[in-house]
Amino acid sequence: MRIRFRFSKKGKVRFTSHRDVARMWERALRRGELPVALTEGFSPRPKMHFGLALSTAHESWGEYIDVDFRDPEAQSLDLQKLPSTLTPLLPDGIAVESVAVIETSDMSLQEAVTSCSWTLEAIGLELADASSAVEGLLAAEEVFITRNRKGNEVTDDIRPCVLQLAVLGPVAAVTNPSGDSIITPAGTLLEAELATKPRGLRPSELLGALEPPAVEGRVCRTHQWITLDGARHEPLPAAALSATHSTTRAS
Amino acid sequence: MNSIWPQLEPLLAKVQKPARYIGCEDGCQRPDHTDDLVSWLLIYPDTYEIGLPNQGLQILYEILNERADALAERTYAPWVDLEGLLRTHRLPLFSVDTHRPAPAFDLLAFNISAELVYTNVLNCIDLAGVPVRSADRRPSDPLIVAGGHCTYNPEPLADFLDVVVLGDGEEVVGEITEVVAEWKASGRTEGSRAHVLRRLSRVPGVYVPSMYDANYDGERLVAVTPRYGDVPERVEKRTVADLGDWPYPKQQLVPLTEVVHDRLNVEVFRGCTRGCRFCQAGMITRPVRERPAEQVRAMIDEGFRRTGYDEVSLTSLSTADFSGIEKLVRDTVTDPSRSNQVSVALPSLRVDAFTVGIAAELQRARRTGLTFAPEAGSWRLRQVINKLISEDDLYEAVESAYSQGWRRVKLYFLTGLPTETDQDTLGIAELARKCAEIGRRHNRNASVTVSVGGFVPKPFTPFQWFGQNTVTELQRKIFLLRDETRKAKGVQMKWHDPKATLVEGIVSRGDRRIGAVIEDVWRSGGTFQEWSEMFNDDLWVDAMARHGLSIDWYVHRHRTVDEVLPWDHLSAGLHKDFLWQDWRDSLEELGLEDCRWTPCYDCGACTGYGIEHIVASATPPAGGSQGTGQGLVAQGPEPTAVVPTPGRSVPVDLLARRPDQALTGDRS
Repeated sequence: MRIRFRFSKKGKVRFTSHRDVARMWERALRRGELPVALTEGFSPRPKMHFGLALSTAHESWGEYIDVDFRDPEAQSLDLQKLPSTLTPLLPDGIAVESVAVIETSDMSLQEAVTSCSWTLEAIGLELADASSAVEGLLAAEEVFITRNRKGNEVTDDIRPCVLQLAVLGPVAAVTNPSGDSIITPAGTLLEAELATKPRGLRPSELLGALEPPAVEGRVCRTHQWITLDGARHEPLPAAALSATHSTTRAS
Repeated sequence: MNSIWPQLEPLLAKVQKPARYIGCEDGCQRPDHTDDLVSWLLIYPDTYEIGLPNQGLQILYEILNERADALAERTYAPWVDLEGLLRTHRLPLFSVDTHRPAPAFDLLAFNISAELVYTNVLNCIDLAGVPVRSADRRPSDPLIVAGGHCTYNPEPLADFLDVVVLGDGEEVVGEITEVVAEWKASGRTEGSRAHVLRRLSRVPGVYVPSMYDANYDGERLVAVTPRYGDVPERVEKRTVADLGDWPYPKQQLVPLTEVVHDRLNVEVFRGCTRGCRFCQAGMITRPVRERPAEQVRAMIDEGFRRTGYDEVSLTSLSTADFSGIEKLVRDTVTDPSRSNQVSVALPSLRVDAFTVGIAAELQRARRTGLTFAPEAGSWRLRQVINKLISEDDLYEAVESAYSQGWRRVKLYFLTGLPTETDQDTLGIAELARKCAEIGRRHNRNASVTVSVGGFVPKPFTPFQWFGQNTVTELQRKIFLLRDETRKAKGVQMKWHDPKATLVEGIVSRGDRRIGAVIEDVWRSGGTFQEWSEMFNDDLWVDAMARHGLSIDWYVHRHRTVDEVLPWDHLSAGLHKDFLWQDWRDSLEELGLEDCRWTPCYDCGACTGYGIEHIVASATPPAGGSQGTGQGLVAQGPEPTAVVPTPGRSVPVDLLARRPDQALTGDRS
């Protein structure tokens, strides 16, 4: 039986890597003594399937993991209780939002997800300049950037990947406690929906393509989307089986 | 300023491995700081992934946080990228638990386990905004404390440390807390720093370097003597009499990111009396104190349940010697209450077939590599170092390993040992070649990896008088061995950089004058010297020259019986004349039995402190002769020469003395 979990990754824990998150799940599933299906071989591991990797330091309100459970024990699992069982076994900042049984024949998360929504701090982009920068990019027919892909310099038109882009508001500068050193200059908070296919566009690449270009500050993936026959839906709605979860940030 | 997290957060997005700095581990504590609590910042002066698993630090973290009058947080040395950003933005070193600035703590306490981190200690003090030299500190600055194996010779760091702790820390941290609490309550007024240090110097196990004067006659150290009558002439180490009273850590930290030894750790005993003469840990941690088997089981059960780990390491200096180890291991791996498969790691395998049998028991699945440490290439030299493994022990162990499915055996050796000849060095290649041959009988891809480290003589060992081999000599031996192992099929060789061995030698037995060298190297940017990409021996060699200090005198010179050693005013319980006699015995190739199972030879560690071994079994473990004395007559050729043959690198001045001229009257 395959169960899809939707979870958030917020606060200090955002500085852990995709691999780190995989290990956190492994330990949490063991601590929860759940009937997880194990891989064959010398060192059996829980059968877990991850979606699109989230970069270290990015937060997310919508991460997904598919876990295979052993039948028949899995049949007696209380799905309603899984979020409240697992969230306390995961580090502060990781909270299981919802769960659902899916078909093992369903497309994998990596294949299925077509775009992601983001909020992103564009550091160095003054609010006064933000609207024209956003409008300029949206008005362009083609936006070429040069980026490094597997050791090769590649020039791509990223405009088709920018499905939506808007200004949300200002971001304040951060200084050291004595105020004599600027750690992060002020900027603008943007929201964007970026396609993951054929080649995903990273938030930092989008910011670099703005005119004037900006530097990435804090970034949060707010949604992952599956577009199928023109309709857009999430792999699992946040409240599919709504869990009691912490709404306070870990930091 | 309670937390610098808001300032730190944007910086972490710019550094490698930012998860090093976030805390948030399972088991981490976020204590509230109030004026009546003594606050400790426990610092491991290396990267997070090396420091986090350190059990000593975790034990003290829990013990202090359980106290009603104290709290503790942790930090680790920030890597150079974050250090640069902190300095650019004038931000201080911070705790990983609540991201509180280091200068806001009452004590900064370092765990010092390796010589090459000394410059990191200075760097952390400086990053905390505290003057690196204790003489320059103000009452508002935290006290700088250090403990750990390296602090048995704290003299090279004497100018930088306010307080040094010798031995087990479980009890003494509470006593220090009480003294510091009074200081804190008094308002830490002008001039009070010297007063609190003087009071701390009277706490047993505590050494306050600034309360002592070091006097020299030219190069020679004459004495390190207390400045005041109420300061002890000699500081004795602290020893926890019964490990069963201290079932810590109770909540081992489970890191969110990758670290070394990333598994459950349960310390099964402390101390070791195998008596390997090169091994400082075995000398300074005596006597053997086993944890009650029931407590070990409970800690394993609770640890698995709490952490979600699937592997436990049973830690000690020689875990196969734990009474009833076979049963403990079998019970752990076959416990039906654990639904998931668990495995057990023994970090220190003894070299015999019995031990391999245990290993087979616990590693049912993945049998890739096993590691043994014969340490020397010939029986003669193994008698010198008292690592009494016969060739038969080794071959049986290796046979047993390959026949049970292991494909790779790793053998650890030291080179540059006292009396070592080229024949001994080449013996390493011969042992490895034969082991590979045995392996091929069971698996055509069997391999042997030989790992060779340069020997650094350590304080409070019988080899503390021995002159360390030069870089040239170590390099020559390593190349000699490399050329020989190249001829052997299935044998690979790795080695430790002899230049790093030299630097370890400079500080290992250094005196207070080496402090200026450490400070120089640090000021020249020489941090993280234990990392090959950062290590720079030129910084050390140049600094020694700049301060007019002779590397030959500090490192390569044999010490004499009448010489005052820089750590003579400190004590690990061992009588100096016991160590001297053991040094003499070593040169005569005489082995010494393990006193756990044979009568006491009065090294001083038990008798001096009124404590004794706590060992559940009165008989040595089955199998193997290593160090039990069982093999002393039966194994190998009898020692033929009382005085080592000419040509060996033996200190001539020592050989001129007869054994009956051993030190007397050293202990008052």
